[in-house]
Amino acid sequence: MLELRAITKRFGEVLANDHIDIKVEPGTIHAIVGENGAGKSTAMRIAYGFYTADSGEILVDGEPRQIQTPHDAIRLGIGMVHQHFMLVDTMTVAENIVLGAEPGSAAAIDLAKASEEIRALSNEFRLSVDPHALVHDLSVGQQQRVELLKALYRHARLLILDEPTAVLTPQEVEEFFAILRRMREQGKTVIIITHKLSEVLAISDDVTVMRDGRVVGRVKTAETGAAELARMMVGRDVLLRVEKPDAKPGETVLSVQRLSVSVAGGERGLRDVSFEVRAGEIVGVAGVEGNGQTELIEALAGLVPPARAGGEVLFRGRDITKANARDRYEMGIAHVPEDRHRRGLLLDFDLSENSILGLHYRKPAVSAGPLLDLRGIRARAQEIIRDFDVRPANPDLPARALSGGNQQKLIIGREFGLNPKLLLISQPTRGVDIGAIEFIHRKLVELRDEGCAILLVSAELEEVTSLADRLLVIYHGRIVGEVDPKRATQEEIGLLMTGGGKANAE
Amino acid sequence: MKLLRELLFPVIAVVVAFVVGGVIVWVIGDNPFEVYGLLLGSALTWPDGIGYTLFYATPLIFTGLAVAVAFRCGLLNIGAEGQLYVAAFACAWVSIKLGGTVIKDFSGAPIGYGWVSLPAVVLVPLAVLTAILVGGAWGAIPGWLKARFGAHEVITTIMMNFIAVALVSYFTQYYYKAPGDPIMESVPVGEAAHIPRLGAFVPGLPERLPLNVAFLLALLACALVYVFLWRTKWGYEIRATGANPSAAEYGGISVRKQIVLAMAVSGALAGMVGINEVLGYRYRYYDSFSDNYGFTGIAVALLGRNHPVGVVLAALLFGMLQRGGIFVDAFSVHVSKDLVQVLQGVVILFVAAELLFRGPFGRFGLLKRSKV
Repeated sequence: MLELRAITKRFGEVLANDHIDIKVEPGTIHAIVGENGAGKSTAMRIAYGFYTADSGEILVDGEPRQIQTPHDAIRLGIGMVHQHFMLVDTMTVAENIVLGAEPGSAAAIDLAKASEEIRALSNEFRLSVDPHALVHDLSVGQQQRVELLKALYRHARLLILDEPTAVLTPQEVEEFFAILRRMREQGKTVIIITHKLSEVLAISDDVTVMRDGRVVGRVKTAETGAAELARMMVGRDVLLRVEKPDAKPGETVLSVQRLSVSVAGGERGLRDVSFEVRAGEIVGVAGVEGNGQTELIEALAGLVPPARAGGEVLFRGRDITKANARDRYEMGIAHVPEDRHRRGLLLDFDLSENSILGLHYRKPAVSAGPLLDLRGIRARAQEIIRDFDVRPANPDLPARALSGGNQQKLIIGREFGLNPKLLLISQPTRGVDIGAIEFIHRKLVELRDEGCAILLVSAELEEVTSLADRLLVIYHGRIVGEVDPKRATQEEIGLLMTGGGKANAE
Repeated sequence: MKLLRELLFPVIAVVVAFVVGGVIVWVIGDNPFEVYGLLLGSALTWPDGIGYTLFYATPLIFTGLAVAVAFRCGLLNIGAEGQLYVAAFACAWVSIKLGGTVIKDFSGAPIGYGWVSLPAVVLVPLAVLTAILVGGAWGAIPGWLKARFGAHEVITTIMMNFIAVALVSYFTQYYYKAPGDPIMESVPVGEAAHIPRLGAFVPGLPERLPLNVAFLLALLACALVYVFLWRTKWGYEIRATGANPSAAEYGGISVRKQIVLAMAVSGALAGMVGINEVLGYRYRYYDSFSDNYGFTGIAVALLGRNHPVGVVLAALLFGMLQRGGIFVDAFSVHVSKDLVQVLQGVVILFVAAELLFRGPFGRFGLLKRSKV
């Protein structure tokens, strides 16, 4: 169906794709896996005409083709669904789907005809999407199906899906995979870009593994396993499960009582949340993103203005509800934010300067009066670089020059270095390589065993269930349940995450 | 290597500007080499050329620094012009009131404008401090408006410019102009407030040149701004706020405080122009004295990459153009001193264009987005 031959693409000094060969058989689901920066997305964007390759050729149905723009790709029957949906919220499904390919004359769009076609397509693949619904009324899973319809409406025979499951709950992932299988039955070809090995094994027929801009493996899914794929992705053996002894919880460190956070214009936010975290335990918070996790962590870190927050927060018995971010930091509350680019780092500052963000006003960052102790700061940065294996190990590089995993290790090193009593950590391994994930997980367990209380929020269900000693499930700003992560099944948790558990209880 | 990269674009911008300017001169009908010879030659002669170049560069160093400091905090201070006006007037006012100014009316009878007559050791520091504080206060107002109400500083500083210019003109006209003086200027400041011209100590430099110790103060300000921004926790907080306000907030930094602080420091630096103008050059407040120093400061900061050293180099270049422009005007056949404006315009155009190369759509931006 699609074949990339010796595709090479260079961005400045970075060789994003180095003589890539990928062959996708018609009527199969083909997974492309690799760590961040391995070149997966670049290769697919070349196939879709977003970028043009420096050299190499693209064959569609065995014939060499020039794909210069997405229009060329669409004409050849190639469609792509991006990780971030490209939908206009205030328009209907049908309007979104025809956008850019409007039927009818230049003066009048024939929406009725389009709606019929969309309904037919939706039925054919059992997508159950109403063409007349407004996009902002749809769930994330439904929006994704609209994106699929967009490609199908343009007669795509090959669909390229970029990290399609990142935004879905476990149940939605199952439904989504069922749709993909139906598409395969109807003769469509699917390329799925992902870094989740369990999904690769569940859905794909063939796998292409990429590392550092090269293809390092091509295997039949049936003939491989998670360990082998991980080894190919990273280039060495990887421990996929977290190994940790049982927690020995001590005194209560954090006690949250009826905490609420209001959000401008919306009912979402946080409503009457109460829980405790004790020394030496990891309390996980599972939930679909956007259900109040951000508000919870930011409120606990002192980043929500008191006017928007209600309830009480006790830290080691002391009321810190009104304390600001710096006061909480001083008390021993460290925070690894969910979005390292927005919150956690000054991307244009060098690693030294980033290593003191949050404690830049006191020792060891400051020597005399207001003067910064440059040598001390550098030494601290080097310490973090050494202890947390940040690469490249150069404190003078801007943070921007580091990969996501190394940026995250820098932040984690900075926050762990405080010997915190309480750690608030959100999405600790988002966009982080498998090798670094293993490292970060190990460090978290070490910190726990040193007696730190840890509140962990993650959108990766596997991550929270394997790390947490107790697991809270959050839905629409409320804690809807607490489960034992060792016993609960993914389905049970998934049900709670979508509000299903509550409905059962009532 | 890093320095080289920093210098590359500004230098290219300047070279291209001169080439474009040369073509324009040639089209108009003069010989570009002669005109440039005149422009640069007259700006670099000793002592007059260099003396005037440095003198013209002095206010631009102050305003360039002012804009740079605000910019490091993510703020665009368009209000340096207004800040330097109120500061210069306040500086003159203190030097009149506490300098014991006395003038003679038509009949020769003395009119006293001052309250007391302080000695130089007290009066000069007081006048200098006044310029700094008043400029800082005028700059802090838009900073506070932004921190408190979210009013955009570009709008508020522009508005504050109009207020400043009108306000000082009013006071000059109705309270501090000598009776019968046809020029819009205040009465002279007390002699104790005069700061020395560099000609007083530099051998070969005549004292008639207006270059004064304010120039040394400008260089000192550069060094202090550098230390402030890169070697103190306050500077760290300002730069962190400018680089990423969300991350600064996460780091326990009050973004609102930094905005007010940065605007105050920026205004104070702009206000120091008043020291050069009032205490070192005209010894009085002269209405509309500023030759758009505040606005040219934006170009100086941009060309100097918001770094103190870059600001000095850019200010020297602009000072040279200003000095040379006068001679081009006088001695070339067709070209007027507007050529200088053209050169400045093209320089700014190219420096601004660089942002397109490096900004979100630039090479680096593309590279970042492809890394998924």
